[in-house]
Amino acid sequence: METLDQIFVLAKHWLVARVPEPLAWLATILLSIGPLITVFASCFAITTIVERKALGRIQNRFGPNRVGPFGLLQPLADGLKMLIKEDLVPAQADKVVHLLAPFALVVPAWLTFSVLPFGRNMTVIDLDAGLLFFFAVGASSELAVFMAGWSSRNKYALMGAMRGIAQMISYEVPLVLSTVAVVMSVGSLSLPSIVEAQSAYVFGMPTWHVFTPWGLSGFILFLIAGAAEANRAPFDLPEAESEIIAGYLTEYSGFKYALFFMGEYLGLFAITGMGITLFLGGWTAPVSFLATTPSWFWFFAKFGAIIALFIWVRGTVPRLRMDQLMKFAWKFLVPLTLVNLVVAAFWHFSGTWQFPGAIFARWLLGAGFIGGAYVTLGRALHTNQFPPRVYAYAE
Amino acid sequence: MSLTSTGAANPFGALSANGTESVQRFSRSPKPDPGDLGGELLEVSMGPHHPSTHGVFRMDVVLDGETVVKLKPVFGYLHRNHEKIAENTSYLGSMPYTDRLDYLCSMTNNWAYALSVEKLAGLQVPERAQYIRVITAELTRLLNHTCLIGFLLQDMGALGTPMMYAFREREKILDLFESLSGARMMCNYMRFGGCRCELPKHWLEQARQVVEDFPHFLDEFEALLTGNEILLARSQGVGVLPKDLAINASITGPMLRAAGVGYDIRKVDNYGIYERFEFRVPIGAHGDVFDRYMVRVLEMRESLGILRKALTDIPEGPIMDPKSKLRGFKPKAGEAYGRIEGPKGELGFYLISDGSANPFRYRVRPPSLINLTVLEDMCLGHNVADVVIILGSVDIVLGEVDR
Repeated sequence: METLDQIFVLAKHWLVARVPEPLAWLATILLSIGPLITVFASCFAITTIVERKALGRIQNRFGPNRVGPFGLLQPLADGLKMLIKEDLVPAQADKVVHLLAPFALVVPAWLTFSVLPFGRNMTVIDLDAGLLFFFAVGASSELAVFMAGWSSRNKYALMGAMRGIAQMISYEVPLVLSTVAVVMSVGSLSLPSIVEAQSAYVFGMPTWHVFTPWGLSGFILFLIAGAAEANRAPFDLPEAESEIIAGYLTEYSGFKYALFFMGEYLGLFAITGMGITLFLGGWTAPVSFLATTPSWFWFFAKFGAIIALFIWVRGTVPRLRMDQLMKFAWKFLVPLTLVNLVVAAFWHFSGTWQFPGAIFARWLLGAGFIGGAYVTLGRALHTNQFPPRVYAYAE
Repeated sequence: MSLTSTGAANPFGALSANGTESVQRFSRSPKPDPGDLGGELLEVSMGPHHPSTHGVFRMDVVLDGETVVKLKPVFGYLHRNHEKIAENTSYLGSMPYTDRLDYLCSMTNNWAYALSVEKLAGLQVPERAQYIRVITAELTRLLNHTCLIGFLLQDMGALGTPMMYAFREREKILDLFESLSGARMMCNYMRFGGCRCELPKHWLEQARQVVEDFPHFLDEFEALLTGNEILLARSQGVGVLPKDLAINASITGPMLRAAGVGYDIRKVDNYGIYERFEFRVPIGAHGDVFDRYMVRVLEMRESLGILRKALTDIPEGPIMDPKSKLRGFKPKAGEAYGRIEGPKGELGFYLISDGSANPFRYRVRPPSLINLTVLEDMCLGHNVADVVIILGSVDIVLGEVDR
């Protein structure tokens, strides 16, 4: 079991040992980057087919089922189609920026994966400020969106970029604020140590952050802000098809479009991986008797579950409007994340309470505080401009 | 009224309710307010191949940021000379062509045309044919309204889920139409003085089954949509059409009723045999997108009542007026206007006969086009995202708008 858990680490060490000593550093880097790119590129391919299949089922249809058995080769066909498609660049476009934009989106997206712990001892770079690095690099995707929208010389692209910038910058705030609670609790910005902090078991149950009042609300806030950050429905305004054609992607075709598409999914994966690491215990098993199973398996199991949740939401809800989206971020999510910080602090300092039933009192107070803030804020923001309607009938 | 009028900025200024005020508003030049931050206005051409214009329809939109300050509908991309072609062919020859007007609702188009020719020629429609007409027209209303709600939610960004469910139900009704007339959408079923062919065996049972199942679908649909927080936020207070403007612009159908006017030609004219059916006319109080959605849902529920009664009461008998003749049909000189309550509004055909085999004048009153004329009034001050759903809530089919 121990071997299975560490099989990828051992394989890497074995391979590095076979490389001449002066080149070992290069082999180490390549053997970290190679699998990372392969695994998440396959995740991208699998997610596209799973998403189309699942959306098909949600929408009472089959989804792709023509290419290969059960349509499973559809991602390959799509990739091939994207590769051989003509790459159209508008005559008036800023051609250099137009070319650079997809790379400016994809490269930072890959970089964010370098600090995520995918399993025990499986972090590409164990940075002390891993969390900071993640958000710093992830934030540069806004630049790519703006580059794409501006260089296309298309009004729809420009509007998409405008929406994209406004949305991503706004949602960065609650996204980062919701993670601060974790940092406060753990006392470290290093992602592997955040996972370690959640790896203990109490009565066979894991001590994940999501099983605390601040962790639960923080996780939900993180997922909402993360969906907006990754431009997922119902926050897919920057590329709202029914309104502004394809937003900043309007003038992209062929492989550049595929790169954008991949960049967006990678952004979603990164957010998902970060949510798992911060709140769902990273690679730790959900029950103590399964703790010996491979750690990477648990990471990807949780990963799949969260992606499935995103797909489900996408198939269910309509899209918000821009002003509603902004209002939601600044008036609702940001205050709630701030309240969440207070609750996290309370939880941390009430950890010394010794009287019987202390855990219940802590839960009650913590959950009451965040729940009260939720209800109060919701009531205050719900302008009640339109009370429930009753329809009359003529004559 | 010319569509290429260059005088006023809005060719439909004259149709607006509070005439002077709105004309003035439209002719305001799209210059930014000097006290503003000084941003430029953005002129965007939405259409004719925009994903949400429901066909080849174009809107010249002037935007301040994302807020609409001016909107000019441009149509005619699908103009096919319907009326002139109809004047050069026999009365019956136009019947299949009416299917193509509003290609979702061929049965009601047929009925409106048949009704006006029957008025012109003084033909009587037998009992059974009247019932069949009511049944097919109400089924058409169901399929049109379900599709419309599906499209509306698609415009709202619901990624096809409501639309696919709507299309599943529509398909069941189209199956009925196919077994009845041989075509799913282009039914060409009605004739002057009756219907083209007798109902197939078991058709009534199948229709009853569809009508029985439909409320379950509606409940499911409403459970998904009506209480949805995002849908409420997106549609309430958006695209408000005031009552007086709706009346003055001769808006008809669900749009007029959502604006609070209880006007339904099924009640007003009692054409066909509608006086035999008990049904209510739902009216909205706000005239916004949500009211238009809800009025359609409630109308579907009323239609189900009509259908249930019609499917039980339908008598045996002939389906054609024995006096009517298909060949050598020449109504005597005169004129007639036949109108029905189509799913989209008042659908009328105005015919002038000079006693020959072709109509001298053939004019369609298309509800889609006339309901579209108030688009700018509803859209001003709203977002691009709202324009799309306001257009979706008008319920247009470009085949009928452009003819």
